[in-house]
This record gives sequence, structure tokens and C-alpha cells, in this order.
Amino acid sequence: MIVESNVVRFDCMPLDNGATLAPVETAYETYGELNARKSNAILILHAFSGDAHAAGISHETGKPGWWDNMVGPGKAFDTNRYFVICANVLGGCRGSTGPSSVNPATGCPYAMTFPVITIGDMVRLQKMLIDWFGIERLLSVSGGSMGGMQALEWAVSYPDRVKSAIPIACTTRHSAQQIAFNEVGRQAIMADPDWSGGNYYAQRPPARGLAVARMVGHITYMSDDSMREKFGRRLRGKENFGYAFDVDFEVESYLRYRGSEFVNRFDANSYLYITKAMDYFDLVNGHGSLAAAFEAARARFLVISFSSDWLYPSYQSQEIVRALRARNCDVAYVELQSNYGHDAFLVDVAEQTDLIRGFLASTYEKAQ
Amino acid sequence: MTAQIPKPQAFVRELLGRSDYAIIGEIVEPGTKVLDLGCGDGDLLQWLAENKGVDARGVEIASAKVQRAIARGVSVYQGDIDEGLADYPDGAFDYIILSQTLQETHHPQKVLREMLRVGRRAIVAFPNFGHWRMRVALLLGGRAPITTLFPHSWYDSPNIHILTVQDFEELVELEGIRVERRYFLSGGRKVNLRPNLLAETAVYLVSGATL
Repeated sequence: MIVESNVVRFDCMPLDNGATLAPVETAYETYGELNARKSNAILILHAFSGDAHAAGISHETGKPGWWDNMVGPGKAFDTNRYFVICANVLGGCRGSTGPSSVNPATGCPYAMTFPVITIGDMVRLQKMLIDWFGIERLLSVSGGSMGGMQALEWAVSYPDRVKSAIPIACTTRHSAQQIAFNEVGRQAIMADPDWSGGNYYAQRPPARGLAVARMVGHITYMSDDSMREKFGRRLRGKENFGYAFDVDFEVESYLRYRGSEFVNRFDANSYLYITKAMDYFDLVNGHGSLAAAFEAARARFLVISFSSDWLYPSYQSQEIVRALRARNCDVAYVELQSNYGHDAFLVDVAEQTDLIRGFLASTYEKAQ
Repeated sequence: MTAQIPKPQAFVRELLGRSDYAIIGEIVEPGTKVLDLGCGDGDLLQWLAENKGVDARGVEIASAKVQRAIARGVSVYQGDIDEGLADYPDGAFDYIILSQTLQETHHPQKVLREMLRVGRRAIVAFPNFGHWRMRVALLLGGRAPITTLFPHSWYDSPNIHILTVQDFEELVELEGIRVERRYFLSGGRKVNLRPNLLAETAVYLVSGATL
């Protein structure tokens, strides 16, 4: 399945911080066919560093999508049955408007003049896209990590527009530990002299800072077990320690590779803006309690967490479930056993597939 | 005078291979809202949803069973019965079902109260430890009985609060709980006489005192 990204432009959109963004673009991909009643549409929501390319082989890069094992014919999000949409988030750097986009007022990239955005803003832009498609009500909104936060935001902000939500490995608000890791990433970028206050678009980008930020991120996405299994204390291309500070261990090599690879596809300022949006996200804010926040929610929920995910631990998913129960919402929940840490929702998909397939099928049948 | 052995009653229709399920399936009114505590892989809930148009939810502690339930489209969450009800608002369900699980809970009395807070009615099915086979096994064997109804050794049994029909009757009276219907089963037949001695399984439909 060869797929292409498309872009839709809107004249303007209001933001949570009071500013207006004009114009605003969102890149998206679709898979499968929208039925005549437009009742089979599912919005897939990507995680922090993802993009609109969720499935299939990209026409542009030749690479498979980030959730290609979950989205496609016969897969969990079965494109023989459902019409699947995935859009790059606001603030991103993969086709949607973000700090690397050109500010029409100045003719230069926004850089740090880009307004600080929220998960709510990201979802507002997605809703504009869904309106543009003429889809009255999504069959489901689903994603892991930051994608899960967006799924929750959808269910709370646009309760009449979603029949179901599948938040995976996520939270209703970042803990101090989660904010802390994001702050380390941001400081690594901002401490790189090449960052230049964010105005690096005409020169060398802060590649070292961004790579370090990504290395920290990758550690949080794995687990002690998965790192032991994958790397242990194995040395990289040598029998003995080098007694120097180049690469000795496999894990060092892996992190350096991941860091440098990330620099080629991600914008450092987007890193700052998107992590800030995640840290600001707080479903309780303005509602008093999580149960109160879910008062408007009408969707069926399937909440999934993973046993070895220490970045978004199961207790955070269980908080969601308990609040939904307090509102007597229709909620299914399970903690899946996996050694892959937070990455599990991307890589350990066999059991996740059975759950989502069954949940979507029953939601779809009830809706018909 | 010898006690007259009651004539066996007609067989109870089985549902999903279980006669207590058949009773529960009979009791539950169509279109109601049901929560099944310890619902296993959700087979009863799925049947109720498909055949009675019930809004069916479940709680189950075993991850593999929860996964099977969700995969078949039933809304089940992984959790502990002893604490799982606390979050629900009062009167959230028409029926709370507790099938063959009361004797496995840590605080059966509290669970029963919570069931009748969250549900307008509760359906409780439990194995009767007062059945004559249990009594004979204990009397003659001198050890914790192992029968088809209670197949576990005492040291690995999930049944931590075993009870008899008489025990349950006393508890509901103590709690001021109203018994709306009671059914006693043995080998797939209804038992009408001396249930504490002859019933293997009891199914109660109860409601709070205020109803």
C-alpha cells in the first residue's frame, strides 16, 4: 500500500493562549474508504515524535508508517472495514504548521515567535480536519502516549463527535517525573550554542542538543528488562574496554545512532513546543476532579496500559478508568504484560490487536 | 420415621453449560444495565447483551480473561472485586451479578453491601458448603473436603469464605436485605426441599431494604 500525505489549509484558528494562528495547515494521510454514511471513520493520533504517516509505504520516503503493524487490511484498525485518518499535530514539523513554518507576516520561520500551543489546540485543528471531511461522528479516536492524551481530549471536548476512544499508555496529566524528563530534553536543546535562541533555520541546527534530548527520550521508552535483553553489557565492535570516551557499550552506540538519526527528521523547536504542550495537558484543570472532567464524555472507552511502562505507569491509566467508572461510563481496561516498556504500544501488538479489533467491531455494530 | 427423599425436580435448562447461568439469564430483564463481578471471559455478559439487549459490563482480575472478554466486544475492566465497586455512583446498575465468587472475596459482607449500593438488585450465586457430600466428606474423611463443587486442596483454594445456604440466609437477615427470589440447584435440577443439605448451588435475587 503506497500512500501519500496531503495538506489542508485553514484561514485561521484560535488557540488556548488567546492568540490566533493564520493560516494554519495540517498534513494528513488516509487509509481505506469512507462509507456513504461516513460512519466508519477512525482518527489515529500520533505520539510525540510521530507524523501523519501511520501506515503503508510512504510514496515520498519508501518507509512504512509508525503504526503499520496496527493499521491496514485485516489489522487491528482494519482498512477493509474502516476509513482511517492520521494527521501531523499542530506544532509539528512533518507538514503541519509549527515553529519551522514560515510566518506570513515576516516571511521568516516562526521559530520562538510561534505561539505556545496545547493538546487542546492540536485536537481543535484535528476537529477542523474532521469537519472538512464532513464527518459528523468518528467511530473512534485512538493513540498511544501523547496520542492517548489527544484521544482523551477529544472525548471530553467534543463528546458528540466520537463514539469511542482508545487511549493507550497515557495519562490525564504529566507527573513531576514526566515533566522532568521533558525538561532535560528541552535544556539539552537550549544549551546547544547552535540553538541560537531558536533562530537556526538559516544555519546549522542544534543537532547535538536535539540528539541528547532524543537519547534521554529513548531510555524512558524502554524498560530495564528490554535494555538488558537488547544490549546487556555487550561491547560494540571490541573485545576490551577502549579506556577512552568513544563508544564502548552497545547501548551507547544505539543511543548515539538514535539521536543522530532523529536530527534528520525532527525540528528542535518542535521538540520544545510539543513537549511543553504535553506538560501543560491537564484534564482535571478547570473541572475540580477527573470524574467531573469526564462529565460530558459520551464515548465508549478502551484503556490499555503495559506492565513494564514506567514512563506512563499503569496507575495513570487506572486513574482514567476509575474516573470513568465514577461517571458510570462504558469502559474496558486491561494491563497487558510486556517487557518493552512504553514502546510496547508500538512494537508488542499481538494482544493489543485482538483487544482493539473486538472493541471496534462491537462499537461499529452497536452504531449501525 | 425415615426422612422422605424428595423426588428430583425437572432439569433446569442450561445456559453456556451452566444451570446457574440459566437462572440468571431468566432473572435479568431485557434492556437493563448489568455489572458482572468476576465475569471471567465475559461469556454470560455477551449472551445477555445479544439475547436481552442488556448494557453489559464486567470486572475480572485475570488479565487473560479480561483480554478475551474485550476481544469479544464486552466492556470488562481488570480489577479487584473487593475494591472495584467503590468508584461507582449509587444505583448505577439494575443488576450486579456475583456468580460463584462471593466465597472468593476478602470481605463478602462489604461486597454485598456495595453491590446493593451500586445496583438496584443483586444476583448472587454460590456453591453450598452445606451440601451433604461436603458434610460426609468432612465427617468421614476428617479433612477439608475435596468435591466437584470444591475441587481445590485447602492450601491452594481460592475459596476463602466458604458458606452454606443457611449462612447466607442469616447474613441477608442480619443486613436487612430483601430476598426477592431464591433458587436451589443440584446436578442441573431444581431442589425444593432442604436446600441447605441438598443444593449444590444457590442463586439469590436480592435487593436493598429500602427498595
